[in-house]
Amino acid sequence: LAHGGGGRLTNQLIEDVFLPAFSNAALNSRHDGALLSAGGARLAMTTDTYVVQPLIFPGGTIGDLAVNGTVNDLAMCGATAVALSAGFVLEEGLAMETLQTVVASMRDAALVANVPIVTGDTKVVDKGKGDGVFINTTGIGLVVAPTSIGPERIRAGDSLIVSGDLGSHGIAILSVRDGLEFEGPVLSDTACLWPSVNALFEAGIDVHCLRDLTRGGLSSALNEIATVAGVRITIDEALVPISDVVRGACEMLGLDPLYVANEGRFAVFVAEEDVDRALDVMRGQTVSAGALRVGTVYERASGIVTVRSRIGGNRVLDMLSGEQLPRIC
Amino acid sequence: MTLHGAVQGVGFRPTVYRLATRLRLGGWVRNTSAGLEIEVEGASDFIQQFVTELRTERPRAAVVGVEEMVRVAPSGASGFEILPSDDSQEKTGAKSAAVLPDLATCEECLAEIFDPTNRRHLYAFTNCTLCGPRYSILIGIPYDRPNTTMRNFELCRSCRREYESHGDRRFHAQPNACADCGPRLRVVPETKEDPFAHVARALAEGKIVAVKGIGGFHLMLDARDSVAVRRLRERKHRDYKPFAMMMPSIEYVRRHCDLNAAEEELLLSGASPIVLLRPSSDNDFAPEVAQSSSCLGVMLPSSPLQHLLMREYPFPVVATSGNRSGEPIAIHNEEALARLSGIADLFLVHDRPIERTCDDSVVRVLPSRQGNRSQMLRRARGYAPLPLSVTDELRPVLAVGGHLKNTVAIAIGRQVFLSQHIGDLDSLETRDAFQSVIDDLCRLYRFEPQAIVCDLHPDYASTIWAQRRAGQLGIALVQVQHHHAHLAACAAENRVSGDYLGVAWDGSGLGEDGTIWGGEFFHVHQDGFDRIAHLRPFSLPGGEAAMRDCSRSAASLLWEIYGTGHAHFSEENGAGSLALLESGVNSPQTSSVGRLFDGIAYLSGAAEENLFEGQAAMCLEGAMGRMRTDASYEINHRDGVGDWSSLVEELLADKRCGMELALISAKFHNALANWTVSVVRESGHRRVVMSGGVFQNAYLSNRASMLLEAEGFEVFTHHLVPANDGGLALGQAFRGSRILEGVASCV
Ligand SMILES: [Fe+3]
Ligand SMILES: [Mg+2]
Ligand SMILES: [Zn+2]
Ligand SMILES: [Zn+2]
Repeated sequence: LAHGGGGRLTNQLIEDVFLPAFSNAALNSRHDGALLSAGGARLAMTTDTYVVQPLIFPGGTIGDLAVNGTVNDLAMCGATAVALSAGFVLEEGLAMETLQTVVASMRDAALVANVPIVTGDTKVVDKGKGDGVFINTTGIGLVVAPTSIGPERIRAGDSLIVSGDLGSHGIAILSVRDGLEFEGPVLSDTACLWPSVNALFEAGIDVHCLRDLTRGGLSSALNEIATVAGVRITIDEALVPISDVVRGACEMLGLDPLYVANEGRFAVFVAEEDVDRALDVMRGQTVSAGALRVGTVYERASGIVTVRSRIGGNRVLDMLSGEQLPRIC
Repeated sequence: MTLHGAVQGVGFRPTVYRLATRLRLGGWVRNTSAGLEIEVEGASDFIQQFVTELRTERPRAAVVGVEEMVRVAPSGASGFEILPSDDSQEKTGAKSAAVLPDLATCEECLAEIFDPTNRRHLYAFTNCTLCGPRYSILIGIPYDRPNTTMRNFELCRSCRREYESHGDRRFHAQPNACADCGPRLRVVPETKEDPFAHVARALAEGKIVAVKGIGGFHLMLDARDSVAVRRLRERKHRDYKPFAMMMPSIEYVRRHCDLNAAEEELLLSGASPIVLLRPSSDNDFAPEVAQSSSCLGVMLPSSPLQHLLMREYPFPVVATSGNRSGEPIAIHNEEALARLSGIADLFLVHDRPIERTCDDSVVRVLPSRQGNRSQMLRRARGYAPLPLSVTDELRPVLAVGGHLKNTVAIAIGRQVFLSQHIGDLDSLETRDAFQSVIDDLCRLYRFEPQAIVCDLHPDYASTIWAQRRAGQLGIALVQVQHHHAHLAACAAENRVSGDYLGVAWDGSGLGEDGTIWGGEFFHVHQDGFDRIAHLRPFSLPGGEAAMRDCSRSAASLLWEIYGTGHAHFSEENGAGSLALLESGVNSPQTSSVGRLFDGIAYLSGAAEENLFEGQAAMCLEGAMGRMRTDASYEINHRDGVGDWSSLVEELLADKRCGMELALISAKFHNALANWTVSVVRESGHRRVVMSGGVFQNAYLSNRASMLLEAEGFEVFTHHLVPANDGGLALGQAFRGSRILEGVASCV
């Protein structure tokens, strides 16, 4: 098995192994969360497992990620989180103090997101069989979006908004995990996105599609969407917000910030005429105060993502297999 | 008799007709989708003579691939006729008649254009069966006028008479035309002045002119005008890469460049490529034309339009393809006008449509023990899509090439049809071109692949495309390791069969162990290859970033030798690389000779960055100047690994002592050549195949070949196909077909 890192190999694993085995309508739609209806209520359900190293990093802990990640996946389905579960796999020898810090940050994140952690599970594995702490969270949400949300609603001419500057989470993790020093401190952007999403709904904006920009960054998220929607998404390099520190760090590391992970950023697709209002609404929320329109949707059956560079060319942003292996010969 | 190859539209049928009639043979000749079909009957002596003479009296432009003969019962025919093209095979199977490339204007046509009494005097679209556009105007096979973009031009009476008479040079010259019936020129913005006089004046004023050529648009401007060249660089966003030049005449080239007979022959050939030449001291080109290179890309006018323009403006002009950097060449008038409007000040266009793009080819001549031999650097106009004949019958596979300098290929029987240079697959426009070249080749040859062959690299755009396409078609996907494909390409073009020692030196390609290879020695055999030796690996801090910034490779070499504490890291950039090297973040391992060149170029002071592929290596090679010596550093070869550490240490010591760069560079090049010889000696092989982008280094390629040949080894290098990734598709087709056979025979 060599399917780490997200990207195309993970997709392949899902397509080859999991989908055929578990096939059903909700799963096959391949959203981050499933839409269900039960007793007349429109529900969303999602699950995610967190394996980050280090457990505590600038701007957050694995506990924040576990709460925010799942709440955000629900938000991307247009749902407000109702309850979370938390499952812990703890490695023997883990410092109690670390566990307490992680748990405290989970409690705080859940408070901010206004969601109770209603059930849980704990397993302790032998030393060497875990990596400190693994956390799984599952979330149930109530769909409040007035219309359906998803790639299939994207049309040529739609605009793409991102909620803030990109790449901080991935770079923050690298800086502590690998002891790299950059021009300044970089904090993870981990945050609960629901207030911003909710504000869009409350303002009556017809949101076509939402996606959080986690593993694989903006590029991977847009590639998945473009493929499903059968469109070409073009972003304008000059408009994509990236902080100077993150940009500098990416240059040094040889990484493309458009592929770097975020934990508190999302993309919104709306019709051209709704862009200005959507931006106003989003900028009114702390978590998306830096929202910007960065791209446009065009027709193209085969689905592709391109960046218009500063000098005018249209570079293709591919869905990469995992690691960024050099392609220059 | 059936002749396969490039046999249509070159005056073959009239030649056959004349020969058969002279020998009093009955029968007929016709074009088919496979090539040319001839049936003759008569006295057996005469038939024998017919066969022999046909081999020697072939039309100049024809390239006969395979010749088949069968005996049939006589039908009693007495006369000989030229039959209409046979399309009966239309419905079945792949077509294999080769499409001829575009050919430079011939002497006869040229004489007519400049003859005031000729009816084609000054006509910019003059051509005949010996010259003119072919591939770029072809819509379908067989090559007949209704299957070309000339179908919209109705032949006038005079042109039709030429087209229909067997004795005429223009018998079935499909693009035949004259001022009365053929394509016309137009200048945008419009002018009442003569188009050539108008364009010449613009050039003299330092303007940039987009000129519609055979396979696309050229941007032209006076090559002596520094300001104009700088303006073009600014508008094209092409800061350093050398521009090619068109020179008015061979006499002009002789005066301003060092030129040998082989180079002269290439410049004047039907393919009319860009030839890399050394400028002589007496030249007046702006230095901005080719700053980072000791070589100049030079071509001569190859269409009547260019000849007429060069007569009006007899000075060297920059002639670079009309695209933004990284985008394929523009072909359609509207598209070109739109895309080039920010670059060109005016346009010289015409109404003969270009059906497909073809960049200018780039070739150079290398001296070797067997005399001067040409080396293809970019294979496009004038060469594509001529097939390469290979030794084995291949499976019908589609090979999709690499990620950069992409070309694609299809295999039909014992021929591989290699596409024209498509470009780097980074941009949307090139991806679209890639798709349309594949569609085009498959459609032209009615080709249905049994498998698609691609590189091992999962993220090459060509690999991603191949995976998806093979899935859609439900056919096999075959992945061929990058350097194995390089070597297979070289072996295929040299018709090497059986085992050999392969030397694959390259920028970088994904190896079977997941690291980046590029300094490899393979024992290549029927079933695949064994990696018998390679360069000592080092990290590439920052991955692709290290391929632009040579200080990163340099830091990596030092770090491998000296570890963390060494004083070298106090230098700029070194600190950033050091952090990456120590943490291992985004620092893949590589055994690439190309990257070693980068590191050495930096440490020796020859270059700091690669703003285009291979720039630092070019600088390091160029730094040798005319230095010739046997002095050398040493690569210590132990247990299949070539260790460069003492080479680096000695080089640093030489530099500290103030040794001149030319000598340092020569010692480095010699070390690599000597290493090759020692590995080859040890391998037990007699035959050596050398491929990969590093062998575009003329000095290294020559030096290694000469040393090996002096010891009696048989050395094969690239001539027809680029040693760079432009040749990968040929090797993939060749090797992919083998793998497919292996799979089939195992089942
Ligand atoms: Fe290569
Ligand atoms: Mg998730
Ligand atoms: Zn001619
Ligand atoms: Zn005419």
